[in-house]
Amino acid sequence: MGSDAPRALAVRRLGVVRYGDGLALQQALVEQRAAGEIDDTLVLLQHPHVLTLGAKAAQSRSHVLATPQRLEELGVELHETGRGGDVTYHGPGQIVGYPILNLKPDRCDVHRYVRDLEEVMIRVTAAYGFRAARIPGLTGAWVGAEKIGAIGVRLQRWITSHGFAFNVSTNLDFFRLIVPCGISDRGVTSLERLAGRAIPVAEVEDRVIREFASVFSRRPREI
Amino acid sequence: MPDVLMPQLGESIAEGTIVRWLKRPGERVDRDEPLFEISTDKVDAEIPSPEAGVLAEVRVREGETVPVNSVVAVIADEAPGGGPPAPAIEAAGPDGEPAPARREAADASPGAGAAPPGAAAASAAGGEAGRKGRKSSPLVRRIAREHGVDIDAVPGTGLGGRVTKADITGFLEQGRTSAPAAAGAARARQDAPAAGLRVVPMSVMRRTIAEHMVRSRRTSAHAHSVFEVDYSAVAAIRAARKADYERQGVKLSYLSFVMKAASGALKAFPVLNASLDGGDIVYREDINLGVAVALDWGLIVPVVKRAGDMSVMELSRAVQDLAARARAKQLRPEEVQDGTFTITNPGSYGALFGTPIINQPQVAILDVGAIEKRVTVVGDAIAIRLKGHLALGFDHRLIDGATADRFMSHVKRALESFDADGV
Repeated sequence: MGSDAPRALAVRRLGVVRYGDGLALQQALVEQRAAGEIDDTLVLLQHPHVLTLGAKAAQSRSHVLATPQRLEELGVELHETGRGGDVTYHGPGQIVGYPILNLKPDRCDVHRYVRDLEEVMIRVTAAYGFRAARIPGLTGAWVGAEKIGAIGVRLQRWITSHGFAFNVSTNLDFFRLIVPCGISDRGVTSLERLAGRAIPVAEVEDRVIREFASVFSRRPREI
Repeated sequence: MPDVLMPQLGESIAEGTIVRWLKRPGERVDRDEPLFEISTDKVDAEIPSPEAGVLAEVRVREGETVPVNSVVAVIADEAPGGGPPAPAIEAAGPDGEPAPARREAADASPGAGAAPPGAAAASAAGGEAGRKGRKSSPLVRRIAREHGVDIDAVPGTGLGGRVTKADITGFLEQGRTSAPAAAGAARARQDAPAAGLRVVPMSVMRRTIAEHMVRSRRTSAHAHSVFEVDYSAVAAIRAARKADYERQGVKLSYLSFVMKAASGALKAFPVLNASLDGGDIVYREDINLGVAVALDWGLIVPVVKRAGDMSVMELSRAVQDLAARARAKQLRPEEVQDGTFTITNPGSYGALFGTPIINQPQVAILDVGAIEKRVTVVGDAIAIRLKGHLALGFDHRLIDGATADRFMSHVKRALESFDADGV
C-alpha cells in the first residue's frame, strides 16, 4: 500500500523437475534469500507423478491406498519430504509454485500469507471465467466442493518455501491414490475439466505470475 | 531460565502444533538456531531458539497442540566450564531419547478429567521430601495438600523447577477450567504423570474419520427415522436358497436383501440418492451403495457400484469381496469412491439400531439393527417373528420427514413381501 517501489520478484520457470531436485533447489534458494543474496523468488514448475508424504511417514503411508507395486506400475514416485502435514499428489499439468519470499518486515502473518496464496489461485480461476472460493477451515481454492488449488507452506525465519499446486490439466485420477478411507466428501477438479477444453500450462503460468505479483505487490522479472 | 513460547505467527492464530523437536533435552542450542517445528493451518514453520544455552526441558511433545504463548520448553544457561550440563529437570530425561517415547511415561493432561491430575494420597509425601527432588515452600505444599494435588504434577517455574505459589494456583485454576477448554480446541499440557493414563496420538485414519464426522454434523441437518421390519419372508427365502448360494461360494446375508430393497426404494425416491452442491441438487443416476466395514484399526466404506442393476446374488458376492479385501487392505482407490448412499450394519454387534452420521456429500444413510426373534402381535394373537429395526439418517435440508418415511416404508414393504424370484 505504501508509495515505496514494489519489491522485485525473480520468476523462474523450470518446466518439469523431479520432486527431489525441486526440494534441493528450494533449500538452496531459502539459504540464499536468508543471506540476502537473491531477491524474492517465485519458482514455477511441474513435477513428474509423485506422492509426497509428511514427516510422520509411517502414518501417512496408510493414507496411500495403492500398493507399492501399483504405484510402480503407474510410474508414481513416493517421496518423504520431512515436512509436516498430509500426503499430496503432484504431477504433469499441475502448476507448482514455490515462492521463496522474505515475509519480513510487513507480511509476518502466516494466515495472511496462506490467504494471499489462495487469492492468487482464485484470481487465476476467475480469469478463466470460473468462481473459486475459500472454504473456512479447508485451506486451498475450491470450486464448489472440489479443490482446484492446494497449499502447503514451510517457513524458516519468515522465509517461505513450498507453496501452492494448481490443477490445470492434471489427470485427476491420480488423486484417488491417496484417498484415506472411503470418506471422500471433497473431490478435486482442474481448469481443463471446468472449461471442457485444453488449456496450455504456460498460458496459465503467465496468469499466475501476473496475479501473484499483484496480490503480493511485487515487480516480476523472469530470469 | 528463559522460557520458549509457542510463537504467534499471525494475528488470527490461536494455537500451534509441535511437529518436531530439532534438539533434544540436554543438547546445546545457539540463539537463532532452529529449535522446533510447528504447524498451523497448512503452514509448517521452523522456530529458532530465543536464547543460547541448553535445552533443559521440553514441555510439549510432538503432535501436541497448545495455545500461542504457552511455554513449550525451557532453555538453561550453559554450565560454567563449558561441558554439557545435566538437564535441570529430570522430566526432560537425561537419556537423550526422542521426546515422544519418553513423554509417554510421563504424561498427563488436565483436559482429560475434571479433577487436576495427581492422586490425593500421594500429595503429602510428594510435597514433603520432593519425591523428584524438587523443593517447594510450606505454603505451596499446604495448598497442594488441601486440594489433593500431587505437587510433582505441577510444572514449576521457580528456581530449579521449584513450584511457586503462582504455579500451584494457576494449576488449580486450570483444573477448574479444563472442561470447557477440552471441549474447545487447544489444551495446555502438564508435566507430570498421573497413574493410569496412556496418551497415544491419533492415526491418520482416525483423524480423518474424526474430521469427517464433525464436518458432516456441521454440514447436514441430521434427522432420523426408525422403522421395525418383519424379516420372516426374507428368512424363508434365505433358508431355501442359502445352501445353493454357498455352493457358489457366496454367503447369503440379510444385508444383501436390505441392499436390494434399499436400491429399489432409491429408484422410487431419487432425492435420497442425491447430494447438495451449493444451491443445486445433484441427482445421481447410478445407485452406488457404500457399505460400512468395521476394521480393527478404523472404518472403511467400500462402494458397490451400480447396485441398482444387481441381483441379490451379485450384491452378496460384491459385499463379501469388498469386505474381505478391505480387511486385507487390498481395496483399489476407486472402490471407496463415488458412493451415493450408505448402509451401515451395527446390528451385527447386537445394536437395536443406531443414529448414524451421513457420509458426505450423500444425504442419507441406512442403519440396519439387530435381526432377532421378537414377540409381536399378529391379528389378535401374540406371535414370534424375526424382526429388526432400520434407522434412516437423512439430511433434513433436502429431505422432509414425510419423504424419508415414505422411503422407509417402501424399504419395509419390499423386505416384508420380498420377491423370491429375483433371488
